[in-house]
Amino acid sequence: MGNTSDLIQKLQDLFPGLKGEEGGAMPGLVVPADRLTALMQELKEQRGFNFLADVTAVDYPEGDKERIEVVYHLMAVPAATELRVKVSLDRQHPEIASLTGLWPAAEVQEREVYDLMGVIFTGHPNLQRILCPDDFSGHPLRKDFQPAATEGGQ
Amino acid sequence: MENIFTDLAALINGFLAGAPPWLQTLAMGIVYLVGVLAFIFLNAIYLIYLERKISAYMQQRIGPNRLGPHGLLQSVADAVKLLGKEDIIPRGADKWVFIIASVIIFIPAVMVYAIIPFGKGMIPVDLNIGVFYFLAVASMTTIAILMGGWGANNKYALLGSMRAVAQMVSYEIPLTFSLLGVIMLAGSLQTSQIVAAQSNVWYILLQPLAFLIYFIAATAEVNRAPFDLVEGEQELIAGPYIEYTGMRYALFYLSEYANLVSVSALAVTLFLGGWQGPWLPSWLWFLIKVYIMIFIFMWLRWTFPRIRIDHLLSFNWKVLLPLSLANILVTGVGIKIYQLLTLGRW
Amino acid sequence: MLAVAKEDLYTQEIELNMGPQHPSTHGVYRALLTLDGEKVIKVENIIGYLHRGIEKLAEDRTYTQFIPYTARLDYLAGMLNNLGYVQAVEKLMGVAVPERAEYLRIIMAELSRIASHMIMVASMALDLSGWTAWFPPFRERERILDLFEMTCGSRITVSYMRIGGVAADIPDGFLPALEAFLNDLPGMIAEMNGLITGNEIFKARCQGVGKIDLETALAYGLTGPNLRACGLPFDLRKAKPYGIYDRFDFDIPTLSNGDSYDRFVIRLLEMEQSARIIRQAMAALPDGSVMAKVPRVLKPSPGEVYHQIEGAKGILGYYLVSDGSNKPYRLHIHGPSFVNLGALPRIAAGGNIQDFVVAIASIDIVLGEVDR
Repeated sequence: MGNTSDLIQKLQDLFPGLKGEEGGAMPGLVVPADRLTALMQELKEQRGFNFLADVTAVDYPEGDKERIEVVYHLMAVPAATELRVKVSLDRQHPEIASLTGLWPAAEVQEREVYDLMGVIFTGHPNLQRILCPDDFSGHPLRKDFQPAATEGGQ
Repeated sequence: MENIFTDLAALINGFLAGAPPWLQTLAMGIVYLVGVLAFIFLNAIYLIYLERKISAYMQQRIGPNRLGPHGLLQSVADAVKLLGKEDIIPRGADKWVFIIASVIIFIPAVMVYAIIPFGKGMIPVDLNIGVFYFLAVASMTTIAILMGGWGANNKYALLGSMRAVAQMVSYEIPLTFSLLGVIMLAGSLQTSQIVAAQSNVWYILLQPLAFLIYFIAATAEVNRAPFDLVEGEQELIAGPYIEYTGMRYALFYLSEYANLVSVSALAVTLFLGGWQGPWLPSWLWFLIKVYIMIFIFMWLRWTFPRIRIDHLLSFNWKVLLPLSLANILVTGVGIKIYQLLTLGRW
Repeated sequence: MLAVAKEDLYTQEIELNMGPQHPSTHGVYRALLTLDGEKVIKVENIIGYLHRGIEKLAEDRTYTQFIPYTARLDYLAGMLNNLGYVQAVEKLMGVAVPERAEYLRIIMAELSRIASHMIMVASMALDLSGWTAWFPPFRERERILDLFEMTCGSRITVSYMRIGGVAADIPDGFLPALEAFLNDLPGMIAEMNGLITGNEIFKARCQGVGKIDLETALAYGLTGPNLRACGLPFDLRKAKPYGIYDRFDFDIPTLSNGDSYDRFVIRLLEMEQSARIIRQAMAALPDGSVMAKVPRVLKPSPGEVYHQIEGAKGILGYYLVSDGSNKPYRLHIHGPSFVNLGALPRIAAGGNIQDFVVAIASIDIVLGEVDR
């Protein structure tokens, strides 16, 4: 994984505050929320990670590190190198810049994350619920959401 | 066998020998109408069965096989079922237009049969402008479909009826022009005379191109695949018929099959020598030929995908229409040359 | 002469709800079309009618208990969904799978891919009113389902794969039946080519319709056959082989136009390649156990994994986060249909209603996976 170490080193020079995560099946980056768009642009245009494979989020409601992590998976096509990028957000007001400008593919996936996890993507052209009904309240994939067999989770 | 139907008509006429002439005409008219209606209903019911069987065999299925021997009574049961269904008129529909459309669609479908020579001496009304009458009456169908589509107040129905107008009005032109070649050869618009003129040679041999144009245009006229854009099940879900239920839907369905039979009958009359043929009774010959035509229509339907609306229209205006005009020109020149050669004068 | 100025003529755009019940939406999907006459100006996807909250359910099931849910995502290719999930868990835990199980997985996965492509070609033909062309693929697909039933007792929702292997070995008579199926497959493809692929009307309806170029396709996240129809030979089975795909010799069919016609044809070509893989797997099938020794209670150590496989409709990804308990802390499923459908408004705008129907059929969505 020498190449990845190099890559992370170089990116750390460019983006102070960026942390590398190695050792797992896939190299990862943890980036401060305000640098996400710049990092993604760098990765897409200079580093060959031209394909947004997935956008999702994980809720960590407990402990002192209460947070929502938005997880991006990038892929270099056609080399098929994978890279994970994570952003930690304030759980009470999760807000992050939308990547729709870089990848139109982000549009539906960010809508899904908004719908199920309640992350606001600023600059998204059409941030509405996508899977749940429009009048649904709450965000079902949050850990504190109580599933109930009633309409709208009431 | 040959004269079974004409004898029957003569028999009924014989009963009315003493009655005043107007009563005789009226009674015979009713007899013919009943005959034509019976012909249409029997045909429609049997054709639905036939269509299902033919498609089934093309698709490695068996088709209807439960009701009656070989499923022969399936269509009868379906018709009875449709009769018993609730007649739903959508709340938003234009009620009267919606209701009337389902009746109007059936009228031209029946009326065109008046000039069809079913056999030797078996023509309900031997009009001297028979072909013209057929075309004029048949084009009324468009109005009924438009009424149905508009009256249903449904967007799919509206789109379907708009397609119907665009398609049927355009295809009427090459349809008419393709028949002109035959009319020029026969020198008559009277269907009985056109049949008589084919006693030596069928017009399909003299007018193959016209027959082809007629066949394509007729497929479009009766909205059958690959030109079934009006119904367009995969896009418009049934188009103008989307809101119709029960008997009203059955009327549309019935007139569709009635139209199929009538355009096939016209093709037989004008191109395939009508009821003429050796050994068998003339009306049987007529039926056989009509059914061969219908089989080809069905064959097409179960083989081809549906054409797109803009392709459909450009094919009509850019291919069929010029071809049919050229056909008229060539026919005219041919007739003159023939006259020159045989009669020695123009 | 009518004295009507052009600006007095009032024309109106209409909005047409296509679905959720419509023959051509392939399930409970609704498209809100803005129409100018028959021309589609704007497409808005409205989905979620089949949303069952599978990702939330996963958090309340053990790792093994979740396997049956995966086949209910893309229910037309259940084996592939099984495979992606169990491989993700195996990656997380570092479980090694017995050789025979690996080969059986390949055979089942590729059969599933063929079955899924058969549905696609059949329903696309049907959406163009090519009724008769519906039957040959369905006739042959039935045999694939019979093979599945033979092996695991289930036809659609197979739940055949296990963490560490497969549920059952193949029974006697499986391999001859598979052989017979593979021998008949080229005949079916030829039948389809004769019946519909070469048909003039079909070509006219599909060529140039729903066109998307490679760059846009990548930006919109299209994967699988839809991407390969744009000219990029990108297939995870080759690019980043998972399981034992690196042992097989097969080609990645690519076409260059990126229109509906190419998306149709590429499925037929991929069936042939899948058949090639299956033949090789059959020839090399080793003896032995089909299940590794795995603990009864699976407790992966804390960590995360993102595993992607080449699904029937595109790249299928499973993102698993473990907190060390016997249930996933978070499971996210990246369904290819979801993203492919997201590109539909871009692909379909500009054609008429008939083109729109072709475009939906050609990107091959399955709503179980879109809505999850």
